Amino acid sequence: MNFTLKIWRQKDAKSAGKFVEYPIKNISPDTSFLEMLDILNNELIQKGEEPVAFDHDCREGICGMCSLHINGHAHGPSQAVTTCQMYMRKFKDGDTITIEPWRSAAFPVIRDLVVNRGAYDQILQAGGFVSVRTNSVPDGNAIPIPKADADESMDAAACIGCGACAATCKNGSAMLFVAARVSSLAKLPQGRVEGARRAKAMVAKMDELGFGNCTNTGACEAECPKAISIAHIARLNREFLSAKLKD
Amino acid sequence: MGTFLTNSSIGRKLVMSITGAFLVLFITFHMAMNLVALISTEGYNMICEFLGANWYALVATVILAAGVVVHFVYAFILTFQNRKARGNVRYAVTSGHKGVDWASQNMLVLGIIVIGGLAIHMIHFWSKMQLQEIMGNHENALGYAVTDGSALIAYTFSNPINVIVYLVWFAALWFHLSHGIWSMFQSLGWANQTWYPRLKCLATAWTTLIVLGFAAVAIGFYIKSLGCCAGC
Ligand code: HEM
Ligand code: SF4
Ligand code: FES
Repeated sequence: MNFTLKIWRQKDAKSAGKFVEYPIKNISPDTSFLEMLDILNNELIQKGEEPVAFDHDCREGICGMCSLHINGHAHGPSQAVTTCQMYMRKFKDGDTITIEPWRSAAFPVIRDLVVNRGAYDQILQAGGFVSVRTNSVPDGNAIPIPKADADESMDAAACIGCGACAATCKNGSAMLFVAARVSSLAKLPQGRVEGARRAKAMVAKMDELGFGNCTNTGACEAECPKAISIAHIARLNREFLSAKLKD
Repeated sequence: MGTFLTNSSIGRKLVMSITGAFLVLFITFHMAMNLVALISTEGYNMICEFLGANWYALVATVILAAGVVVHFVYAFILTFQNRKARGNVRYAVTSGHKGVDWASQNMLVLGIIVIGGLAIHMIHFWSKMQLQEIMGNHENALGYAVTDGSALIAYTFSNPINVIVYLVWFAALWFHLSHGIWSMFQSLGWANQTWYPRLKCLATAWTTLIVLGFAAVAIGFYIKSLGCCAGC
């Protein structure tokens, strides 16, 4: 397959960037999107040009490093997959593919397609953990947890912190990410005990870092590679509001 | 304690949702009240008299105005903060997202049309009724008694331009509320997977009912003004 790639190139955080077009030929339909970029980079290096910088690590949809806004969609046009899990057969031969970095004030571009997602780490550090002593691995049946609660917690825990939610949101809101983290812990007994403190601390950090106010558009859920539901945002609202009203 | 209502994003959404819910309840009442005008002139004017310049109607008017102002001011604060959070550099290519309604992305614009319609509506009705009463007048410039709401409706909607302006206003209100009504439950945290389809259905049905009720009065009085049904 042949494509025209329109890629955002930017030397560093301070320089202005621009789109550069690269034709790419003879790509197998079974090439993954990131392999296709590897092939492009090999060609660029052979020609003595700077390769395109992009984030990636596991290449199997678990680390959340890959990002990329492809043809108007975070993680490309496929539903519920990360960029690294997408294959070139998803596109038509001869397509022009526009590749952009996440665009959100809290995720500044570092170079080309790489953005700084440290803001999400800071929100996690503010409260996305359990500090109760859980000791060594207990007997699996010692604390009974209803199946529905365990399932909901696991669904929320699927969040890989990729940043697609804030990058997609027209309000630059990080609510889906924060909601996933708050929800996955709130549904389990060990996390429940610190629920109020966690919701308040994480929301305060999210607001402090300049993420926007959620207006319930649902674009985050549509673009999330893990299909995290906005029902978790409703739970975050409940957790936060009831914690504040009890203060 | 209440500082989270101004300095946290979820607190600000709570204010948006409560003021929005309050306005929805008011507008539902207003629609129901207007339907009386279609059925009985005397009945409608009795309601107008009841809601004239007495203490309880004035208190209610002030609370209502405060609700509109808070909702409006918060809408702008929210939208400006959100534009800042989005950043200056926009995507070169954007495309629609599955399951995202258009109204949810355009709440401020729709709200501005709603407030514009509200201003015209206040000039057409409030300034010729309650305001005249507050100023101590018994008649407005058109020569109607200040509590003769029916005559004012008939007068306003005999003009087809007014009918069209009101219909545009109602359309904007329909879009605003088709998202707003379910969104206010979400902002309060009263929603989950099971309830989304129900809440969205409720929002569509409720806003359609409100808009149809209002539109029936505007169109009904326009048809009456044509005089083709002399009997009514
Ligand atoms: C004065 C002009 C108005 C403006 C500028 C305005 C603007 C907005 C904006 C920007 C939102 C935020 C969207 C969101 O948070 O989901 C909103 C929500 C809402 N508005 Fe309005 N609006 C106006 C009038 C009204 C009126 C007259 C009503 C009721 C009849 C209303 C009902 C609602 C509701 C129910 C919500 C949802 C609250 C929530 O999401 O928590 N608005 N409005
Ligand atoms: S909620 Fe979804 S889109 Fe947001 S960071 Fe987690 S996995 Fe990525
Ligand atoms: S590279 Fe790890 S999720 Fe894509």
